[in-house]
Order: sequence, then C-alpha cells, then structure tokens
Amino acid sequence: MIQLLMFVRGKRQRPWPWPWPWPWQGQRQRQNLQAIKTSSPPEYHGRAELSGGAVAATKEEQRADGLLRRIWRSVFRGPIVPTNDRERRWVVFNTLLLHFRPTQLPEKTLRFTHTFGLGGMSLVLVLLLFATGILMMFVYEPSPDEAFQSITSLQDDVLFGRLVRNIHHWSANLLVGIALLHLLRVYLTGGYHPPRQFNWVVGLALLLLILVANFTGYLLPWDQLSYWAITISTAMLAYVPGIGEWLQNLARGGPEISSATLIGFYTIHTTVVPAALILFAALHFWRVRKAKGVVIPRREGEVLEDKPDKVLFLPHLLTREVAVACVLVATVVLISVFFNAPLDTEANPGMSPNPAKAPWYFLGFQELLLHFHPIIAVVLIPLAAALFLAFLPYLSYRDSAGVWMMSAVGRRSGLAAVVAGLVVTPLLIVIDELRSASADLTSGMSGILPLAVVAALIGVVIFVLRRFMAAPRDEIVQALVILLLVAMAMLTVTGVWFRGEGMALVWPWEIGG
Amino acid sequence: MTAQSGAGGSTTRRGFLGKLWLWLGGLAILEGAWITTAILRPRKRAETDRAEIVVAGPVERFDVGTVTAFPAGKFYLTRVGDGGFLALSRRCTHLGCTVPWVAEEGRFICPCHASSFDLRGEVLSPPAPRALDLHPVRIENGVVKVDTGTTITRSEFSTSQVARP
Repeated sequence: MIQLLMFVRGKRQRPWPWPWPWPWQGQRQRQNLQAIKTSSPPEYHGRAELSGGAVAATKEEQRADGLLRRIWRSVFRGPIVPTNDRERRWVVFNTLLLHFRPTQLPEKTLRFTHTFGLGGMSLVLVLLLFATGILMMFVYEPSPDEAFQSITSLQDDVLFGRLVRNIHHWSANLLVGIALLHLLRVYLTGGYHPPRQFNWVVGLALLLLILVANFTGYLLPWDQLSYWAITISTAMLAYVPGIGEWLQNLARGGPEISSATLIGFYTIHTTVVPAALILFAALHFWRVRKAKGVVIPRREGEVLEDKPDKVLFLPHLLTREVAVACVLVATVVLISVFFNAPLDTEANPGMSPNPAKAPWYFLGFQELLLHFHPIIAVVLIPLAAALFLAFLPYLSYRDSAGVWMMSAVGRRSGLAAVVAGLVVTPLLIVIDELRSASADLTSGMSGILPLAVVAALIGVVIFVLRRFMAAPRDEIVQALVILLLVAMAMLTVTGVWFRGEGMALVWPWEIGG
Repeated sequence: MTAQSGAGGSTTRRGFLGKLWLWLGGLAILEGAWITTAILRPRKRAETDRAEIVVAGPVERFDVGTVTAFPAGKFYLTRVGDGGFLALSRRCTHLGCTVPWVAEEGRFICPCHASSFDLRGEVLSPPAPRALDLHPVRIENGVVKVDTGTTITRSEFSTSQVARP
C-alpha cells in the first residue's frame, strides 16, 4: 500500500519528512554500478543489478553501517519504494504476496470489460469475510443453548457488532453471486483452453468451498430460519439411494440437528474451509501467473502476435485492482449499514415455519424436488451438472480462447439459449405445478416424466440450433451450458420469490403476509 | 553397493527399504483416516442409548378418533377407529419438518411442502413419500406406554401396526 501511494506521488526522494535518508539511500547510490558488480560477492549480484535507489553493499560497507540500518536491511533486502521499472519488477518478484502475480502481463488483458475484475472481487470478499469472521469468533458461542443469545448480544450490546455481522452476511451472499459470474466470464471468454484447463477445475473446487462455507455458516445463528433450512437441506441427503441415511447422519452428527451438528458445522466453517480456501486460492492465482496472465481477448479469426505488448503488473494492474477493491468494500459497507442480516426467533424444533426454505443457493434444488423423483432431483441432476462442468475444459474444442462466446454464431445461439431458458423454465414450472400437486413423485412414471420432457426439449434446442442457425458442435455445447445456468437461475428465482405458504406458487408481493 | 547390484529380479536392499517407506507412509495415511472417521462418527448419546419409555396414561383417557400431542417425546398418540393406538413421529417423511395436527381438517399438514397425513399417518397428499414413522406402543394393565427410543419406518398403514388394549 505504501509502495502504491508513493508510486502515485511519483517522488524519487523522501516522500514525507523523515529525519534521515531512507536506509537504502546513501552515498553508495552514486557509486559506479559496474564497480559494485565486479567487486561485490556473488550473493549480492541480484541487488547490485538494481539501479537507482537499490542498495548494493559490500560486506565491508555493511559492517560500517549503524545497527538500526543493518537491522532494517536484514528485513527489507531491496527497495521498498521502487523508482523505475527494473525495481518494480524486483519488488513484485521478491514480495511474498505480490509474487503470486505475474510481473508483467499483456496490455490487452487490462481492459475492465474483459474480466470485470470478478476474480479480484472474490478475493476481496474472502478477505472481508476472514476479518469479520475472526471478530465474530470472539463473541459467538457454538452451543444450542448459547448460540442465539450470543448473536443477539453481538448485535445489541457490542459496538459495531451488528455492522460486523451485516458485512459478513452480505459479503458471503455476494461472494456466491460474484464467483458464479466469474465462472461465467471465464467460460464465455474461452479461459478454459490449454494451458488453463486444470485451473478451471481448481476454480470449481473453490466454488464448492464457497458453497460449503455459506451452508455451514447458515446454521450458526441458531434461529428458526437457519435451523429449518439446515433440516431441509440435510434431509435431501436421505434420498441418496443406499447410503442416504448414513450420509444424513454424518452431516448432522446424529439423526437430528443437535449440538453435535452445530459444533461440526462451526469447526468446518471456521477452520477446515478457510484453510482449504487459502491453499486452493493460492494455487488458483499461481496457475494464472504460470499461464502468463488471463486469456488474451481477440476477435474471431484474429491471430495473436508471438510477443504481445506487455505492461508491468506494478503499477498498471495493481492500481486498477485496488480501485475495484475500494469500490467493492465501500459498496458492501454501505449495504451493511442500511440492510440488516436476517435473524428470526430462536430455533424451535417443535414448530416448522411456513414456508420452510433452504438457503437461496440451494432453492433451485428444492424447486427440482417439487417436480422430479427425489433421486433425480437430489442425486442425478446435481451429479450430472457437476461432472459436466468439471469435464468441460477437456471436451475437444477448436481453439477459441479469448474470443467472446466463440464466434458470431456462438453469440447468436447463446442469446437464443438465454431466451429459451427465460421463457420455457417458468412455463414448465407452472404447467408441472398443476400435475405434481396431486401426483406421487416417488412411484411409477410421475417422477420420471418431467425428465423425459426436459430431455426432449433439449433435443429440440439442439435440433433448432443445428438446423436454423447452422451452429457447429462447440457452439451447441456452449448454448447448452448457458441454458443449464439460466434454467438453474430461474429455478432459484422461483424458489426465492414465487413460493409462499406450503411452497405453493404465489406472486412475490403475496409472500410477506 | 554390492546389495544394489544384486541379481536381476531379486530385491535389492535399497529397493526393499524404499518400498518399506512407501508402505509405512501408506499405513500412516490409513491411521490418520481411521482417527478422523472415528472422531467424525456420530456418537451415541446416553439418552438415545436406552429405550425411552414415555408413559402416556390410562387407556380410557383417550377417545377414539382423537390425537394427543406429546411434545417432550416428539410424537402424537392417536386412537384409530377400532380403538387401537398408534404413536406417530411428528417428523415429516419428506424433508423432516415438524408436522402439526390440524383439528379443523382432521389431518396432519406439513407446513413446509403441504404434505398431509390422516389419523393413521397414511399419506393423503404428496410430496411425502411414506407414511409417518411409528414408535412401538405397549399397553400394560390398561396404561399406554410408548418406546420413543425405537423408530419404525413403514411405507403405508396396515392393521398389524395398531396396538389394541
């Protein structure tokens, strides 16, 4: 941060009043670089090559330095405030955190509308979550008798306690959305082609971790909302054939939601997930660096030059990222000031609220459960979707890396898929509502029929794309991915805003009453 | 060095030690996994270990066709048409919500997804896939006792499930 400020100020000399020169400045600065190179022992060569403000001391010169300066130099072995490009590279390359980023990157990838800064935003939200989460851990007590009281006490008795909880809540929910948008951006710009194939899979693992973190955190307030949402979500596991009961007991730490569930979720939420998140995020960033930055945008048919124009990470990308981060943090804090995180009355195992809903990111599956045989809704569809996403970068594609939605045909067919998803999904839900209200989904054909209808409709979409839009195979796969995501989004919207008492279809403005 | 250049096919000392390390490493991972699963496995709680007998009361106290809630035992005691008793778990078989008895309509209606069950726990409307779970009922000397430590799952109602005085 200091480095950034000083870069912006563009001062070569002392940036603020300081009783003595910066420790790396001094008479050695003016020494002949060549002389240092040849006279200094090998271990100093790396630093000797740095010009300008960098120190290049021989052992004799170092001994002559004062104690403070020697300590300082042992901590900061090079320039803190880089004054030229060479030093900027050195700083990025030799600072632990900056080292995860490339020292230079293709100029074309800087454009905001290429990435929308979504990956960086996810990182900022994770950091916000760590900070607020650690603060709340000092107050929260993970036991059924204490949990709810500790949350109300946090909100009412602790200065800024409510704000901290709000920031945690909104960051967590925003993170799910931003991470999904990031996945969509990477997909639509062809960021999954070699050498980025495996990083797509790492990204999916990160998405899974984010969902687990959200889900385990949902139980912790121990209010009616969280208790019944977790009851319903874990009860979905019981429909897995064969091992369902076992899975459900494992997730709950027993047959029912109890103190064992709470302590288990708390531990996963506060240790297992954050640790895994740090490791996988580091791997994710590292592989972006190894792939020489994000995918370079190009037009269809455009051939990229062998050596694209590059700019330095510091300052060109870092300043942009810090700007995005500042806007995001300001937005989250603003939302948290005006909108409180929901908190219902304390959990009461004897009374289910009506309606009882899963957390919003699982409401799509809860909606599926109202239309399909439970095994199809809870096992088959999620498993197929997850496998499809994981293998997506390994299906054979012609190289469309960097081209927005592959081609003109790809953009047209993608748009068609969006429209189809937006229109057909609600239509199917309404039509099926009339049928499923009276049908037993677990016996006979009634739970399997919707799957046949959906499969037939997908067949129709493929046929239309091939026949009337002359879409090649890759574009059809892309359209199907888009259709899948749009349909899932519509199911979630239905579950959140169009399901009222007894999970009957209602208008959003009728839910409140 | 001589051990390394043993005859073809026979194990060298270095090769043997290398394999041994590999096996020991594998063993260590297995032990770690064992410890982890042992800690994660749901523990049997003292109260669910032994059968929990709830004494509901004398037979005469329950009229035929009525439902009595036992919140502490998390079940309903119902007396069906022929005077027999059923102890129904209050947990919905769909997604585990608590099912209240709606006296005006004469059936259990789940608030979560509108599944409903009749007096015998039989499914009246989906999405619930099975009839409500049962707890064993015993009638000793005219007193109804329910064993809440045991839960019986069933797909539908049959007369053999009813305990008669």
